[in-house]
Amino acid sequence: MRSEHFLENQKQTASRRKAIDLWFGRLGFVLMLGTLGVLAVLLLNLAVNGLSRIDWHFLTSFPSRKAAEAGVLSAWVGTTLLMLVTASLAIPLGVAAGVYLEEYAPKNRWTDFIEINIANLAGVPSILYGLMALGLFVYKFKFGQSILAGGMALGCLVLPIVIVATRESLRTIPSSIREAAFALGATRWQAVWHHLLRYSTGGIATGVILAMSRAIGESSPLITIGALTFIAFLPPAPLIAQPPFVSFEWLFSPFTALPIQMFNWVSRPGEEFQANAAAAGLILMVITLGMNGVAILLRRHVQRNIKW
Amino acid sequence: MLFSKVASRRWDKGVEWAMVWILRFGGWISVLVTFGIVITLVTESGPFFAKVPFQRLVSDRMWTPLFADPQYGISALLAGTLVTTGVALLVAVPLGTILAIFLSEFASVRLREVVKPMLELLSAVPTVVYGYFALLTLTPLLQIVLPDLPQFSMLSAGLIMGIMIIPYVTSLGEDSMRSVPMLLREGAYALGDGKLGVALRVVFPGAFSGLAAAYVLAISRAVGETMIVAIAAGLQPKLTMNPLDSAATVTAFIVQVSLGDLPHGSIGYQSIFAAGAVLFLMTLGFNLAGHALRRRFHHAV
Repeated sequence: MRSEHFLENQKQTASRRKAIDLWFGRLGFVLMLGTLGVLAVLLLNLAVNGLSRIDWHFLTSFPSRKAAEAGVLSAWVGTTLLMLVTASLAIPLGVAAGVYLEEYAPKNRWTDFIEINIANLAGVPSILYGLMALGLFVYKFKFGQSILAGGMALGCLVLPIVIVATRESLRTIPSSIREAAFALGATRWQAVWHHLLRYSTGGIATGVILAMSRAIGESSPLITIGALTFIAFLPPAPLIAQPPFVSFEWLFSPFTALPIQMFNWVSRPGEEFQANAAAAGLILMVITLGMNGVAILLRRHVQRNIKW
Repeated sequence: MLFSKVASRRWDKGVEWAMVWILRFGGWISVLVTFGIVITLVTESGPFFAKVPFQRLVSDRMWTPLFADPQYGISALLAGTLVTTGVALLVAVPLGTILAIFLSEFASVRLREVVKPMLELLSAVPTVVYGYFALLTLTPLLQIVLPDLPQFSMLSAGLIMGIMIIPYVTSLGEDSMRSVPMLLREGAYALGDGKLGVALRVVFPGAFSGLAAAYVLAISRAVGETMIVAIAAGLQPKLTMNPLDSAATVTAFIVQVSLGDLPHGSIGYQSIFAAGAVLFLMTLGFNLAGHALRRRFHHAV
């Protein structure tokens, strides 16, 4: 009698647990859809409010006091030039640091310190990079409120992303590859250059794309160095007609950028400016989410195609 | 023949030596950047802290360093940061944890592979876009329910910030939950526990230091977030704990001052570096704690 009762009890508990599991699974699924829904609503909202503003005129006009005539020409040119500086700073230095830490660095306290330092650097609020750029690049190095100062601030900001991506993709390469290279008489650098970097290009590229997409969307470091001004002109062209055909004057030009232009429009009253903000936001979202999408696909491609 | 081999060997060694130094320099750059941040914050905020007695930082109840009759109560800024971060965590911790449990223990592999990168997109959205969304979409919606809500409110900014940091909790949390050994789960199943029971009583405690690291890093991110609060929470420092009110955070203050004319060495210039120094110390604490917790977790598994 007692064992029958016990069995009955057990059955009840089991079916109750199953019901709980079922309900939690449903709850999780609904919350997941809801969270992803926010992203969809965000995109839809920007599209509804801003899509009608995006046309050739919007892309080829300077900002203006009249909302309907305003455009993002100086903003997207500024963003492009900023990214040139950011990329040429963050990519070589980030990859070099990643290779050094993964392949060369001895296991000692100094290396530990560098690692903790990078972990912390990745979590330093972006606005503090702006303060550093203001104190160091703008005033101490006398770069002024220029593309160079802004690009360097963003370069420092995304450096940890490139370092971590480089290290992670080097770490997945089995040590037999290195040993085979050494056995044939390769120096460490030859092993890195001819073998390890070739295998990790995909992983590093993924990290670089993510880093650039982060830099494109950042506005607070640029606001801190004082970039929020009315810019209705373009920086000097990097290519010129006279020899030596390249000019670096643009590095010291004042600038504006897409997220800053959007911030400027958001903080103005009036629905027309808000439509401009939505349009600039839509462009930003398409660029950053697009780059993230490419990075996800690339990562998957790399994982699938390399089997050790 | 032999001679050329020796020469090329010497060349290789030279290249090796040069590359070691170039790469080593790359490794040091990250340290240089940290030093750059710390030294700039210390030297540029030095005059501010020298001028303002510590007593006034603590006891003043308003933060108006740029006024003719300045007040230096940093608590007015900290309150804004505390409230917006609190609201964000109330969204991100429960939601992020449930999603982490769902993805790690309940969802199929295929669903997880698709959903996880999509969730991570939430933290890739430019923060100025989130600010726009909070100010112009969420606040009007909230005003339907709360008619007294002002145009700028910490509630609206905090809620959106919570959405932004969900991926930090979910991604890291899910990684650490999945690295809990299968054997532990199987043991609990063998004793008759259900999926949720196993998740809560076995996986969650097993992955706790990893989850704690995720929470701490999410806090650090929320404390340092700038554009969302600068756009949607207001720029006036105010000592209030009411999320329905508007107030400036430490970061929003820096933005507000940066928007104006800012001559080098002025009191405004010094004050943003002082605010930055406070911000750096707060996030440094969280970042180091998060790093230590993550390390501990990796050692334990």
